[in-house]
Amino acid sequence: MADHQPENEPLVEVRDLKVYFPVLAGVLRRKVGEVKAVDKVSLDIMKGETLGLVGESGCGKTTTGRAILRLNDITDGTVRIKGKYIHKSSLKEIRKIRPTMQMIFQDPQESLNPRMTVSAIISEPLTEHQDLSKKEREERVFDLMDSVGLNRDFATRYPHEFSGGQRQRIGIARALALNPELIVCDEPIAALDVSIQAQVVNLLEDLQEERNLTYLFISHDLGMVRHIATRVAVMYLGQIVEIGKSESLYSSPLHPYTEALLSAVPEADPEIERTRKAIVLSGDVPSPANPPEGCNFCNRCPKAFDICHKVEPTLTEIEPGRFVSCHLYNG
Amino acid sequence: MAEDISPVLSVKDLKVVFSTRKGEVHAVNTINFDLNSGELLGVVGESGSGKSVTMMSLLGLLPSPPARINGGTVSFEGKDLLHVNPNEIRKIRGGKIGFIFQDPMTSLNPVFSVGFQIMEPLKKHMGLTGRKAQDRALELLELVGIPDPKKRFKDYPHQFSGGMRQRVMIAIALACDPKLLIADEPTTALDVTIQAQILELVRDLRKKLGMAIIWITHDLGVIAGIATRVIVMYAGQIVEQANVEELFANPQHPYTKALIGTIPAVRGERAKRLNSIRGQAPTTLKEPHFCSFHPRCDFAFDKCTSINPQLIEQRKNHLVACHLFEDKGVAVG
Repeated sequence: MADHQPENEPLVEVRDLKVYFPVLAGVLRRKVGEVKAVDKVSLDIMKGETLGLVGESGCGKTTTGRAILRLNDITDGTVRIKGKYIHKSSLKEIRKIRPTMQMIFQDPQESLNPRMTVSAIISEPLTEHQDLSKKEREERVFDLMDSVGLNRDFATRYPHEFSGGQRQRIGIARALALNPELIVCDEPIAALDVSIQAQVVNLLEDLQEERNLTYLFISHDLGMVRHIATRVAVMYLGQIVEIGKSESLYSSPLHPYTEALLSAVPEADPEIERTRKAIVLSGDVPSPANPPEGCNFCNRCPKAFDICHKVEPTLTEIEPGRFVSCHLYNG
Repeated sequence: MAEDISPVLSVKDLKVVFSTRKGEVHAVNTINFDLNSGELLGVVGESGSGKSVTMMSLLGLLPSPPARINGGTVSFEGKDLLHVNPNEIRKIRGGKIGFIFQDPMTSLNPVFSVGFQIMEPLKKHMGLTGRKAQDRALELLELVGIPDPKKRFKDYPHQFSGGMRQRVMIAIALACDPKLLIADEPTTALDVTIQAQILELVRDLRKKLGMAIIWITHDLGVIAGIATRVIVMYAGQIVEQANVEELFANPQHPYTKALIGTIPAVRGERAKRLNSIRGQAPTTLKEPHFCSFHPRCDFAFDKCTSINPQLIEQRKNHLVACHLFEDKGVAVG
């Protein structure tokens, strides 16, 4: 959020993060290859900012988010949260840090236990991590329900009695229970109706303001990311191709993929639509098990030249705070 | 378009109810619209607004029970689709009326080759056989932009990507030169860059083939770029209907206005805060005798809680169902 000033100190530092999944085959389940879901991703998330992570399905944005919380095993690279390296920590140590980092999931239907009441869902992290009396816990649950805009009377109800938007509020209350600093929001609005999406995004913004939260906002909704994010990282096939301040990235995309991606988003305005020229990319995203040689984007890039098919570009800072991974800008 | 040409499709007073344990849900409540040839009619609404149910009922695809058509007529080529016998509707479905669904994976049969599935309607509806059916199928694959159709003809759906599968679905829908194509959220499951490819293809095909299209979506951005006329649905009713430019330039119904306001722009000015619509969409357990939107509407007044507004022409070809635009002097109750 532009009206919310983030501090200039990284909360999360990710360096050369790799998450590879093995491809097993045959009777003996021998490893025959690997899917490079996340390949050499480096990024910082500043305290109090919202970093938007965008890209198409399968580009590795969710895996990146999960790896930062150590919900996925990390193949290689380092993850540092609040100055503490967590990529090699044992699960016991991770458990101690978990209260500071929480997650909001895409589908509130599937991320809430249907057999637990709202109050039980929200207080579960409190029982796990804090030693509170029953009375204190109850108070805390009511406070949380107030802050996400849920009626206290609903505390004894079950998830199926709520609509999608309200369920997402329950998920948010649960994530807030332990006063986290970082929340990874994995497509938090993708399953919601348009009129409800705005409610949830406004709520996330209010909570950030109140509690000085840091968000990693993973989404494929480019309009919403532009709205909520301070900075935006664009991923393609497991790599970050461009990172920069939200406004400059949207107004002047540098990487050909960012440019094509933004041009493809339809605008709810027939005037703009009549003149909008989408850069229509040919073909489909290649499989991350078998990425092309050189630049990952070279086989679909309208601006590719010979070096792109041979040498892999690196993410380089071309103006302060603006990183691009493309040969067009590396010379 | 000349006025005397009769519409391809004409829906009058269509009502659909679903029996549930809680009672009858009025999913579609007195829907009226016409579709002219060459038109692309966009139908927007949120989940549960009845947009898909309306279109499924045209094709006789609703499972009954629980669904029941509770009145109305749907005329297509001089026939009432709601009252023809099952054999006849089977001839129309996939023949004169083609359709595309949201998820191209679940609508293709995984155990038959793509070529076989394209030839199926050709054999059933057009009586083509062998070589001829195959030639036409290859032509269709070429038309929808599948590279190297001869080679892909024998491939199975899992060998195609999402976008390519949707192209195959479009090829099947177009196989028998339909007069009307119904597309239910055809790009919702696709990524934006792939969506851009499919939209481009549909624009192209419309120019070439000139059939009427009904395009159901919740994405106002897609509608703005592809439709000629738009219907906005809320809680089983049409709340507004207008040409696409008119609708976006002068939205009248508070719901349409609010809906357009909730969408963050990718270009131009960035809004400081998103407009949201408070509350949530209702379930229509009773046939409403009030405006279904009134609990969420900022402009609601007493009449809105007692009388269900009718769709009235406010400006030329611009219909709105809202008491705000009726003559306020004659407010009843």
